[in-house]
Amino acid sequence: MKKIAIIGAGVAGLEAGHVLARKGHNVILIEQKNTTGGNVRNWDRLFPNQREASEVYQPLIQQAVNDKLRILTDTVVMSAKYEKNTHRLTLSNGETLNVDAVLISSGFRVFDAHRKEEYGYGIYHDVITSADLEKIMAVNQKVRTTKGKEPKRVAFVHCVGSRDEKVGNTYCSKVCCVTAVKQAIEIKQLYPDAEVFCLYMDLRMYDRYFEDLYREAQEKYGVTFIRGRLSEVAESFDDRLQIKTEDTLRGKPLKFNVDMLVLMTGMEPTSLAELLATEFNIHRGDDGFFTPEDEHVNFNISRREGVFLAGTCKGPKNIAETIADARSAAETIINYLK
Amino acid sequence: MILEGKKRLWAEYQKEIPDDNYFYVRSCIRQNFFPASEPTFLRILRDELKKDIFETPFHTTCSGIGYHSDIVPMETTMTVVARQFALMTEAGYENYAASCITSFGLYSEIIETWKHFPEVLAKVRKHLKQATGREFEIPQSLVHASDIVFKLRNEIAAKAKFKLVNKHTGKPLKVVEHIGCHYSKMFPSKGVGGAEYPYVLVGMIEVWGGEVVDYPERRHCCGYGFRHYLVKANRGYSVANTKKKFDSMEPYKPDMIITNCPGCPYFLDRWQYVIAEMEGKTYGGDGQGIPALTYEEVAGLVLGYNPWDLGLQVHQIAVEPLLDKIGIGYDPEAKYKGPNGEDLGKPEMPMSIRCC
Repeated sequence: MKKIAIIGAGVAGLEAGHVLARKGHNVILIEQKNTTGGNVRNWDRLFPNQREASEVYQPLIQQAVNDKLRILTDTVVMSAKYEKNTHRLTLSNGETLNVDAVLISSGFRVFDAHRKEEYGYGIYHDVITSADLEKIMAVNQKVRTTKGKEPKRVAFVHCVGSRDEKVGNTYCSKVCCVTAVKQAIEIKQLYPDAEVFCLYMDLRMYDRYFEDLYREAQEKYGVTFIRGRLSEVAESFDDRLQIKTEDTLRGKPLKFNVDMLVLMTGMEPTSLAELLATEFNIHRGDDGFFTPEDEHVNFNISRREGVFLAGTCKGPKNIAETIADARSAAETIINYLK
Repeated sequence: MILEGKKRLWAEYQKEIPDDNYFYVRSCIRQNFFPASEPTFLRILRDELKKDIFETPFHTTCSGIGYHSDIVPMETTMTVVARQFALMTEAGYENYAASCITSFGLYSEIIETWKHFPEVLAKVRKHLKQATGREFEIPQSLVHASDIVFKLRNEIAAKAKFKLVNKHTGKPLKVVEHIGCHYSKMFPSKGVGGAEYPYVLVGMIEVWGGEVVDYPERRHCCGYGFRHYLVKANRGYSVANTKKKFDSMEPYKPDMIITNCPGCPYFLDRWQYVIAEMEGKTYGGDGQGIPALTYEEVAGLVLGYNPWDLGLQVHQIAVEPLLDKIGIGYDPEAKYKGPNGEDLGKPEMPMSIRCC
């Protein structure tokens, strides 16, 4: 039996831990937060079929319990040393672990929308993020403005913190477009009379069923898609939100009021990424995500002996891609430890 | 609006503002538009607050208007600016204080350019030396004059004779603040409060007793915008921009506007007359306009200076209703008298907007 430390107990870490445990390895999950399951725990329903997110993350958490994996929450790796085929990890709880392999699955953090100051997040009421909307819907299954009213007009802003040189993130976060379409449909399902707008640069409906969902949003639910970026948000005299954008297909500037503005915040490397890159001496790209040794073939192998990578710590991914990548990483580790 | 959210943001955009020993450079156009603003600034700093502030008659235009109008090439502008810095160096100062927003933005842009392209700096040093024999140091500190008033706002408040409060109702005056585009839109970190929610004027209004109006078109251009106005055929666009701002602020019934840019108070003031002439529309109460003041004029009012010494008689929009609200006394007969009591002549009154 070999000993493996998995850093990050989100979707990738839990799934990889399960595969490794089934092969009889001793797995320790080290999680920075006080719960396992990762970002998906904050989601209500998933694209493209509005499946409840708990149907995905609860089994992952349960299988870790069933496998009797050792899980250290509220814990981070403070330092790492590699000697004689052993990784010596010093943890924030004072513990030291000697392991044969390390899997980094530290995931992503949601872009902090405060950084897009012109969008007024934290400044104006009823400017929320896509993550906020999921939390609201998970608790209430309904959406209200700050004044307790049903929103009659809602706008979704794509690419907040993604493909944006101003905030230093030039990459696409991949899942925001389809999430916006899903959430726009959910608002229409809740409030059929509401006017719902999606302000997009271009719609990246890359996966199976996504394009269908986009068509359904237009044809069945009447969601209006406007190709243009939001320039600024302000509060109007009647406490609504005045937004300015441009309809680039019609070549016209637009200014209109909405009751709620949802910012589709993208993915960023976690705050741990820099520390982990330094301690394990592994590469990160200009975007801050970890870079494997070979992005086409050996995409789970870092340049450091015995250190592997899985999931969104390497860049934006959806859940199915993350799980597939985690299984691949686990198989790679199993072969490495043979 | 969530005030705590703005405070969190303002905390991120603090800048170092020296508290004394300034090398002050005036604006080309402010001395014509609102001629008493710069003397008032100097009066407040020297006489009220006992600060050391130096200016030299050898200072010239920074050529910013020419640069932003694509008339003066950047290399020429840089050499002109280098000469201003040489004047500062020769006078023994390190804290450069610009009266003009465009100058401040231009100086910021040039210093930042020199940081990234030291070879350009070397070339400019060579050109200046060849042309004038001068050498220069880059300022240790570059601030706009409104930064200094912001820094000293509490000291001004401590000496205040009046507050920005309606004496009839006891309520704070509703004040629209308008920041010049070149203050922080190019370099948010160089402006107090950043670019989206600047704090430099808000801080003055708060301390002097007023209440800030946050209206939807707060960020919008005043209507100057250089090309909007400098190209004569574009002036309708200039008026349209100004009108958009006034239409947006009108429901809030502001008592006054405070600005920190040479062009903004001018256009926010004069275009109200033009809009009234064109459309018969006025934005103040009772057929009047909304007074648009510079921050020096407002500071002078708060300190109890004679409104006519502040040059408020050269505003298109009559300030008397505002003075009455605050309770500031004035001599109507002295409004059009010169410094030595000579009669300057009463201007013709417009028909479409009431000017007392």
